Order: sequence, then structure tokens, then C-alpha cells
Amino acid sequence: MIGLIASLIDGVLVGAVYGLAAMGLTLIWGVMNVINLTHGAMIVLGMFALYFLASALGLPPYGAVPVTIVIGFVVGVVVYWTAVHRVIGRGHLMSLLSTFAMNMVLIGLGTALFSTSPYNVPVALPGITWREYTFTGAHVVAAALALLIAGLLYFLLHRTRIGKAIRAVADNREAAELNGIPTTQVLSFAFGLGAALAAVSGTLIATLFPFNVLSGGAYELKSFVVTVLGAMGNPAGALMGGVALGLIEGAATSFMPVSWTPVIEFALFVAVLILFPRGVFAFTRS
Amino acid sequence: MLIAAAALAACSQTYAADDTLTIGFTVSRTGKLNNESTAQMRGFELWRDEVNAKGGIAVGDKRYKVSFVSYDDESANQRVQQLYTRIINQDKAQFLFSPYSSGLVATAAIVSEQHGRIMLTTGAAEEKTYKLGNKNLFQVYSSADLYLAGAIQVVKELYSKAEPALVYKDDPLSKAVLQSARKQVAEAGLRTALDEAYSPETTDFGPIINKIISAKADVLLGGGHYSDGATLARQLYDHKARLKWVTLLVAPDSPNFVTLGDAAVGISVPSQWESQVSFKPDFGPTAAEFTQRFQAEYAIEPGYHAAAGYAAGLLLQHAIEQAGTLDQAKVADVLNKMDVTTMFGRTKFSTAPKEHGLQIGHEMVLAQWQKKDGKLVKEVIWPKAAKTADILY
Repeated sequence: MIGLIASLIDGVLVGAVYGLAAMGLTLIWGVMNVINLTHGAMIVLGMFALYFLASALGLPPYGAVPVTIVIGFVVGVVVYWTAVHRVIGRGHLMSLLSTFAMNMVLIGLGTALFSTSPYNVPVALPGITWREYTFTGAHVVAAALALLIAGLLYFLLHRTRIGKAIRAVADNREAAELNGIPTTQVLSFAFGLGAALAAVSGTLIATLFPFNVLSGGAYELKSFVVTVLGAMGNPAGALMGGVALGLIEGAATSFMPVSWTPVIEFALFVAVLILFPRGVFAFTRS
Repeated sequence: MLIAAAALAACSQTYAADDTLTIGFTVSRTGKLNNESTAQMRGFELWRDEVNAKGGIAVGDKRYKVSFVSYDDESANQRVQQLYTRIINQDKAQFLFSPYSSGLVATAAIVSEQHGRIMLTTGAAEEKTYKLGNKNLFQVYSSADLYLAGAIQVVKELYSKAEPALVYKDDPLSKAVLQSARKQVAEAGLRTALDEAYSPETTDFGPIINKIISAKADVLLGGGHYSDGATLARQLYDHKARLKWVTLLVAPDSPNFVTLGDAAVGISVPSQWESQVSFKPDFGPTAAEFTQRFQAEYAIEPGYHAAAGYAAGLLLQHAIEQAGTLDQAKVADVLNKMDVTTMFGRTKFSTAPKEHGLQIGHEMVLAQWQKKDGKLVKEVIWPKAAKTADILY
């Protein structure tokens, strides 16, 4: 029983970071109806940003977090204008293909520059010990930062002009345009913001586990599962979905081989699509 | 004069082409196996440079310079299959070295056997590859069933009521090692607390470490290769798993393991070779001489991957020189009859058709990371006859 509780706590800590990653994906979907397949590449961008900022510039790992947000935002805006702007409103297939193609370019570039060898940024922090179990300091800090960033996102979306503009465009782009909101710039900003969230979640993941250029794929898949759990287009739901996924992973691994975790996750994915097509946390849509 | 010069040049070119022996192999320059494969390649290259500096391999009354043709297999089976086919058919390699890791070697062996090419395998301990009816494979490593025998014996002596967790990577080597280890643990009268494989893609060992703690295991045997093994070791330390004994495959043998710092202390590894061994070689350098030359070349101490790479070159060279020819059948004949000692230890290949090429002469040691005067060093702790330090526990 104690072991199960420890696994659940670990699951919540990691789940908060999953939720942060998924918030980027769901924000972009909610605002512009685009399923962003460069999401995994943005996560990897954040991982490598941490590696180079920490090793080349000697920045403390958590000092790289604000820098990664800026880098992710800038790259996201570039991706928007390159691959997304012209396909918005032209059907999901077009945006899927366009972002998929951009993803292949980014991953190909990453592979050419950094190969597929593993990288690591060791972060040593004192952990919290409870009975025989220890929750590592890096996990606790990553979860705390994920919640903080989620809180800042909420503040931005609900208490700032640009946030209101984003929500207006998400609700009804034409009406927003008629009200004088420059919707194209808002979409560009929202995409940059979504990419920044993905990148910073990659940075936090890199403080926990080793990574390589292809690591984004697994977290992108988790983001899809979380987004479906939390309701597409609902950042608060995505955070809750991330924590829920972490809890499920923690619970599942206590009773079955760890290698069954992906089976459970994707069975859940299918079940939620069938039983809760709007998402399990759809009632929290903001 | 011009015609004479051209004729001379043509003859020289022909002479140079005949004087080259081409050996082909793939290296995992990228991907998860990069660490171990690079070390193995350095062993090959040191041997090549030394033999060429002495004029090449003596074949009858001619000398052949050794030339390598190698490609990046990206730690991927599909690439190994494509590249070994290319190495044999297009690059016309006369002999082959294997890639690193049992999984990749199993794929390379299919290609080498199809083309009847001798391949010395290093980094390939899984026995299954040699039990499929081959004629031209020659295994340099001790096979997988021996890997954890020493560690289990040590655990039994130190902790007679230990309850080991067998936690290992889901790949050919680790599964083969643990298949034997399971029986050895039972024969030692120890109760297995946990027996679980993890996906090769695993980077978050938290859930499995929680399971080890929940199962009240006090010993851990397992791991896989460097990438996952080093991560597991680090996360065991971060989670304060409080294990009395940890033996991990492969990873702790790499000199890079020292970067784990305190997380490395006490961790043991079954090793094909350590630089402190004192075999009296029948030919080639001693272990100490090899270690010195390797350090001079690469500024790093060799682990067993590099030593095995070097030994593969020595063994092939010896076989060719004894055969007096590059003919595959005659060289294979010499390898089949071989029972020699090099800096790597004793080498003897099985000639039984059911397991041709399986290594039956070589013995493993158990090494452990310990702190000496504040520095991390790897010491041989078992067998007692070969030890360089007492067991740290």
C-alpha cells in the first residue's frame, strides 16, 4: 500500500510536466483548430536548449527555463509563418501534413547536428524521503515549476489584453476581427506561446531523464493522450489530464510490468475517445 | 620514357592493391550503443595501426597492410543488414569484424554466413547466434550464461539470505544473461524478490525502483548497456534505493561511468577483461602493455570493449599468419584449432556443429567501482585468484 502511494506521488510529479507539455498542444488546437505535429520537435528543442545553455554557457539548469521560453516562442512564431499561416482554415489534413513536414525538417536537422546519441544534464538536488521511498528534488522542482508556469498561463489568458484577444479569436475569429483584433498576429502569438510551453516542458523533462533528438515522439504521444483526457482546447483540462495520466502510470506500474504502461495509456486513449468524446475534464472548459 | 614510367606506375598500383587486406565492420557512431561501439572500434584501430607500422600481416612471403572499411550502423538492425551486404559485395572486404551488441551481431551474422565470410564477433555474448548452424563465426567474448555467475557467488557468500531483484533491459544480451542468472540464483538458494524487464527506451526508472523497494529486494542484478545502465545507476542513487549490492551489465565497465561520481561507488560489473589482469600471452602485448599503448593513443583507460576489439585483430592476424594464406577455409581451419592466450585471456572456439564458434576458453572477472584516496577506480574483486582489491560491501 505504501509502495502504491509512493508510485502515485511520483506519478503526480511527472504528470504535472506531462500536463504542461500538453497545454501547448491544446492551446494551439483551441485557438486555431490545428493539430500541431511539430509539438515533439518543440519538446526536443527545449531539451537541447537546456543542454547547451547549461554546458556551453554554464547556466544553472533552472536558470535556462526563462531562456527556453523565449527560444521556444521565437521558433514557434517562425514555424507558424512558415508552415501554418497559409493552411489555417483549409481543413485538418492540410495543417497535419504541413506541421508533419516541418517536424521532419526539424528532426532531420537535429539528427544531422547532434546525431541520435543520448544526452544528459545531471541535476543533483536533495530529495524528500518518506519511509523507504525518496522523491527526487529534481522531480519536485519540475512539478512545482510546471504548476507555476501553468498559473502564469492562466493569468496571461484571463487577466491580460493579449489573453483576452486569444480567447476571443478562439471563440469566433471573424467576430474578433470585426472588433478590431488583429487576428493573424494573435494566432502567431498563440502558436509561439504553445511552442514555448512545449519547449519549457522539454527543459523540465531534460532535468529528470536523458534524451536524444528522437525523444520528443514519446512525449508528443503522451500529450495527445492528455489532451484527449482533458478536452481539446482546454489548457486547464490538459493540466488535470497530465496529472491523471501520471496517476494512472503510477498505479498501473504497481500491479503490472512497467513495459505494459504504453498499452494501458493507449487503451485509455481509445476508451476516452469512445466514451468521453469531449474529454473527461470537458466540464472545466474555460 | 613516358611509357616506361606509366608501366611502372601501373605495376606499382597493382602491387599496392594486392598488398592490402580489407576488413569490414560497422560502428554505432550514433544511437544508444555509441559509447561501447566506439571503444570497440578504438581497439580495432589500435591493432591496425600497430600491425601496419610493422609492415602489415605476413602471409607467406608477402606482407599485407590492413585497411578498414566501416560505416555507421546508427545502433539499428536494418542498417547493419544493409551495410554488411554492402561491405561484402561492393567494398569486397575479405574478413569481417562484428558490430557491437548481441542484437546487431545476430543480424550481421545472417549476412556474413550467407556470403561465407569469416567474422570475428566482439560485443556479442548471446549464445543463440552461434547455435543456428554457422560455419564462419568466431566469438571473442565469454558467452552470456557466465556473466552473472561470479556476482551471484559473491552475493551468496556475503548475504546468504539475500533477495535479489532481477531487473534488466528487454534486449537479446540482457535476456540471455538473466535466463541463466535465474537458474544460478535458484541454485544458490536465494529467493528472487522481483523479476522484470524494462523497455530499451526507458529513461524513467522511478516506477521500477519503487517496485524494487516495495519488493524489499536488497540486491539488484541486471541492467543492459551503457545508456540505460548509467541512467539506472544514477536514479538508484537519487532514490536512495538502499540496496546492499548492485551488479549491472556492461555500463559500469565503461571509463565514462566515473562521471556518475558517488552514484558509481560500490557498483559492480561482470567484465570480459580488466587492465590489471596478468595473462602471459602466447603472442602480442601483455595487458599492461596494451593498456599503456591505448592510453597513449586515446588518453583514456581501456575497458573490455576496447580490449576485445584489439584481441579480435590479434587473433585474426595470428590465424592468417599461421594459415599462410587469405583463403577463408584455411584461415577458418586455423581458428577452429586455436587454443591460445593473448592479453585478453585464453581463446578457444567450439567446433561442435551445434554451437560452432562459441567461446569456450575465456573466463570473466567481476570488477567494482571503489574510492581510493578520493578518486574513483575500478578494481577486480573476483575470482579471488585475479582480484586486485577486497570486495566493498
